Amino acid sequence: MKKNIMKVNLSKDAKYNLITIAAIIVVYAMCQIMIAAGMMSYLMKGLLVPFCYYSILAVSLNLTVGILGELSLGQAGFMCIGAFASAFFSKCTINLIPNTFIRFTLAIFVGALAAAIFGMFIGVAVLRLRGDYLAIVTLAFGEIIKNVLNTIFVGYDSKGFHFSLKDAASLKLQGDGTLIINGPQGITSTPQDTNFTVSTLLLIATFIIVANLINSRSGRAIMAIRDNRIAAEAMGIDVTKFRILAFTITAALAGVAGVLYAHNISSLNATPKNFGYNMSIMILVFVVLGGIGNIRGSIIASVILTLLPEYLRFLQDYRMLIYAIVLIIMMILNWNPTCIAWRKKYSLGSIFRKKTQGEV
Amino acid sequence: MSFLSYLIKGISLGSVYSIIALGYTMVYGIAKMLNFAHGDVIMVGGFVIYTLMSLAGINPLISVLAAIVICTLLGVTIEGIAYRPLRKASSLAVLITAIGVSYFLQNVALLVYGSNPKSFTSVINVPALKLADGKLTITGETLVTIPLCIIIMVILNLFIKKSKVGRSMIAVSEDKDAAVLMGVNVNKTIAITFAIGSALAGVASALMFSTYPNLSSTSGAMPGIKAFVAAVFGGIGSIPGAMIGGVLLGIIQILSSAYISTQLADAIVFLILILVLLIKPTGIMGKKLHEKV
Repeated sequence: MKKNIMKVNLSKDAKYNLITIAAIIVVYAMCQIMIAAGMMSYLMKGLLVPFCYYSILAVSLNLTVGILGELSLGQAGFMCIGAFASAFFSKCTINLIPNTFIRFTLAIFVGALAAAIFGMFIGVAVLRLRGDYLAIVTLAFGEIIKNVLNTIFVGYDSKGFHFSLKDAASLKLQGDGTLIINGPQGITSTPQDTNFTVSTLLLIATFIIVANLINSRSGRAIMAIRDNRIAAEAMGIDVTKFRILAFTITAALAGVAGVLYAHNISSLNATPKNFGYNMSIMILVFVVLGGIGNIRGSIIASVILTLLPEYLRFLQDYRMLIYAIVLIIMMILNWNPTCIAWRKKYSLGSIFRKKTQGEV
Repeated sequence: MSFLSYLIKGISLGSVYSIIALGYTMVYGIAKMLNFAHGDVIMVGGFVIYTLMSLAGINPLISVLAAIVICTLLGVTIEGIAYRPLRKASSLAVLITAIGVSYFLQNVALLVYGSNPKSFTSVINVPALKLADGKLTITGETLVTIPLCIIIMVILNLFIKKSKVGRSMIAVSEDKDAAVLMGVNVNKTIAITFAIGSALAGVASALMFSTYPNLSSTSGAMPGIKAFVAAVFGGIGSIPGAMIGGVLLGIIQILSSAYISTQLADAIVFLILILVLLIKPTGIMGKKLHEKV
């Protein structure tokens, strides 16, 4: 009997993760059935891929915010790098590699790698920084990326690549040349390789990577740094290495989300709306409302909060106002000591517990 | 000569940034929270002046005073409703609440005034100063902005160092629990801090929109972020740091957009911020943190 309990305890994390993956697969299957039966609206179909990339962004940000315990506001910047690097790659190789599967797989790796390099760079840069200073540097980084990408012009012709910071004309492309990155217009007509299946697979992969990391030696080291950096250092944990590791993985996964984003829309450009700090903040809201450090919560919050504004459309102009009010009320209900005490007193669970106690 | 005029323009913009940054830095020093909604308070101030002056035809000075009063009340109300219940919550929860307040203010403005940007009429009616045979022109806005900022800084410094309320602010920012034991009313002190910060935002709205007259529901967000950067740049929590950070930021922004690239000006500002923080992790005037084991 005792052995049995031990067994359950040991596999609790694995069980929890398996249930989450199974739930993702069930939802995926349900969506596919609904599409096949023609029961899904056009709006919902368009939201399926965003669900996945927002979830990937939230899960990966949770690694920095929840597990490493550092506030990062640069998630949109990493996503932006992944999106541009992979779209650039796909545009260049569209004639070279006709097979969509191989090209897109490579594009995913290119996007993840590019974002990872920047993530590592930021991880090294913020080594001496803590808390809000770190947050502002990541925010600044995201804004720099967005700004710089708006001024870059890259073209390709028989003589090779041309690069300019001024305008498309100064590239001096030959007649056979193509313009790849067109400054503020960004990259147009990227092959639309993303679909719901690939996105779901990548979401599951992200989940497995982050969940495994948390349950590994490295993950425990990262959590030790979060709880007490000095104590962790004294125990022989290489704080520098694990902080950079967490930043790099977060960035790489955000890059993957960027790849999905870039290959889901026809024209990719860096605007304040999609890659600005507001986007990073939105992802942070997903993470905080889903529960800091809770990966499953991140996915659920991403889906609900992406869906909520769409379902509030009937409120028209008032919908973002309602969203803001909901956000404030939820935070107060979750964190105010009086509200927490009130919830404990009147929640269903406590009423049930009281009854059983009374019976005993 | 053109360099000098850019420099003056930069100092003028920087002075506005430092007034906004003061609001950030004081609130951070005392409540240990990033008030993301601060930029949107400026936007509200801008709309109040616009409504009173351009739509109702009221005297500019009275409109500005009304904007300062409304911003002050707004700041205190926000603190009381949204931030006070979360005094003991994690800093992330407070940050998200501040973001919620920011969305709220932006969307209220959007509902009331619509999405078309409004053109703000300058509240400052001072003729431009022409120097060196008309080669160097200093606008009336600049002539008012820079001295006004200096006056505000001096008064604020005196207020914090000499008055009882000001010293209780310092006490709360240094050690909240000890301040309570010494009989400081923490809630009242924090409310006063928000009131001062928001009143400064009201002043900043009049100055900023007089120089940059594009007024829409999101036009407070970017100056807010920039001022926040300025506050971090100078060392967040430090009042002289906010002034220096703000002025430096304004100069860097104007000079880099004049000589390097208009599009890259923001990127350069942020890049210099990162470089400064790499060398001095707590900002220019920031105190070095001693970590206790």
